[in-house]
Amino acid sequence: MTLMERAYLPAIATGLAITLKHFFAKKVTIQYPEVKRYLGPVFRGRHILKRDEDGRERCTACGLCAVACPAEAISMVAAERVKGEETLYREEKYAAVYEVNMLRCIFCGLCEEACPKQAVYLRHDEFIPVFNDRNQVIWGKDLLVEDMNNRYTREAWTKEEAHILDRKRADGEVTNVIPRAIP
Amino acid sequence: MELTEFIIKTLTILVVFVLTLVIAMYSTWGERKVAGFIQDRMGPNRAGPGGLLQPLADAGKMFFKEDFIPALANKWLFISGPSLAMLTALLASAVIPFGSTFRYGGAEVVLQGVESNIGILYVFGVVALGVYGIMIGGWASNNKFSLLGAIRAASQNISYEVAMGLSLIAILMMSSSLSLGDIVAQQHGGNWNIFYQPLGFIIFLTCSFAECNRVPFDLPECETELVGGYHTEYGSMKLGFYLFAEYINMFVSSAIISVLYFGGYNYPGMDWVYNQLTAALGTTTGHNIATLIGTGVFFGKALFFIFFYMWVRWTLPRFRYDQLMNLGWKKLIPLAIFNIIITGACVLFLKPYITALLN
Repeated sequence: MTLMERAYLPAIATGLAITLKHFFAKKVTIQYPEVKRYLGPVFRGRHILKRDEDGRERCTACGLCAVACPAEAISMVAAERVKGEETLYREEKYAAVYEVNMLRCIFCGLCEEACPKQAVYLRHDEFIPVFNDRNQVIWGKDLLVEDMNNRYTREAWTKEEAHILDRKRADGEVTNVIPRAIP
Repeated sequence: MELTEFIIKTLTILVVFVLTLVIAMYSTWGERKVAGFIQDRMGPNRAGPGGLLQPLADAGKMFFKEDFIPALANKWLFISGPSLAMLTALLASAVIPFGSTFRYGGAEVVLQGVESNIGILYVFGVVALGVYGIMIGGWASNNKFSLLGAIRAASQNISYEVAMGLSLIAILMMSSSLSLGDIVAQQHGGNWNIFYQPLGFIIFLTCSFAECNRVPFDLPECETELVGGYHTEYGSMKLGFYLFAEYINMFVSSAIISVLYFGGYNYPGMDWVYNQLTAALGTTTGHNIATLIGTGVFFGKALFFIFFYMWVRWTLPRFRYDQLMNLGWKKLIPLAIFNIIITGACVLFLKPYITALLN
């Protein structure tokens, strides 16, 4: 080694300069509970039971989601629609009880794919909140059915669509969607 | 007069004590913030605005942890280890001159705990005692890792004290005084020792890193080899005292560095500011405000060096033990002796020549 290298000090000064540069660099931290990272349009979060545009529940309790579910998290009780309930349920049969065990669910999305009535979806924008009690684990229709005042929409439905959207966003063509926290 | 002097001294000591503790407390917060910022993170920011209550939360946690003493440890020494570390760390701040004088009711109060004419020797004596806290704690733990860490700390501190003392002798040759107050007063008007002693400063800075057991010389607590080093068996506030003593030592050595090499409370344009203030506000108020500005400058310098300690900690990796010993004995000590010879030659031959030239 040359004398300069053996003196350590120039190398230490270089190192200090590098760390100082990072000291003033922009921080990558996302302040989680206040700021949430956008996870993409095809992220599989919590379930929702959709209604149609007239506000009628789409689910007909066919049970295909429960069959498709690899974790056996879904169970339901079917019931027949009676006269006067036409504004509540879309078809003659509906789910009187529809329960998802959120501890069993692995959020694979197979229920979503199995559904012939486009009734069950995994939301891309919401998680299951933290459980404090065993009673909170099984989600019934009170939590799952869509609220007509706050309907759930998704900006893209497949990975391909999501990529197209990403490209459009990068080009500046699409601006009305929430940008991702990390590009 | 005796009583007022006693009260004034007590108050000064109390202020110095509280200031040292508060600065050490917020150094722990600063350390984590600096670590975060250097690693592109935010650091603690949940407890209070900007994480400012974090030290209190940490202390609260430390107090509520189990105060554990190993069954085969020497109980009395096990407790006295951290107490001694804390005690010696706090003792050293007593002789640091924080500012010039404060005028109150016709009396001049020196902003210094104890105006000792052997201040720097006292600091060295107390700092040398600091190793006892670590040594006793490590030995009393009855744990091989602790003992090895303590032995490392002891041999490291002794080795680097030699080079530190030798680098200091050059300063003492220039100032011909052991009083910290005098050394600061002589650096008035931009005559900072750093300009005369750059080599001595680098040696002193390196040795102060080693004396504080800071990275890159933190081998006593090298967790890859020694679990936790001398504080492996410690928990609760006893561990807290060890860690806290390290931060107090850091503040004290930063203050000593700024006193010895960076002119303490002196700053460029000091006389002009002093004249302006005394002309505008009178000799008492103006003088006091000028003193406060000087004290602020002093703390600015000390805090910069605390930052520098942290900055280095998050930049450099740890030395190997043989590298540490080689650096201490084979490089720093010969360099320090060389520095003494150069300084001696300059004081003897160059200084009379220059003074004759200037007059």
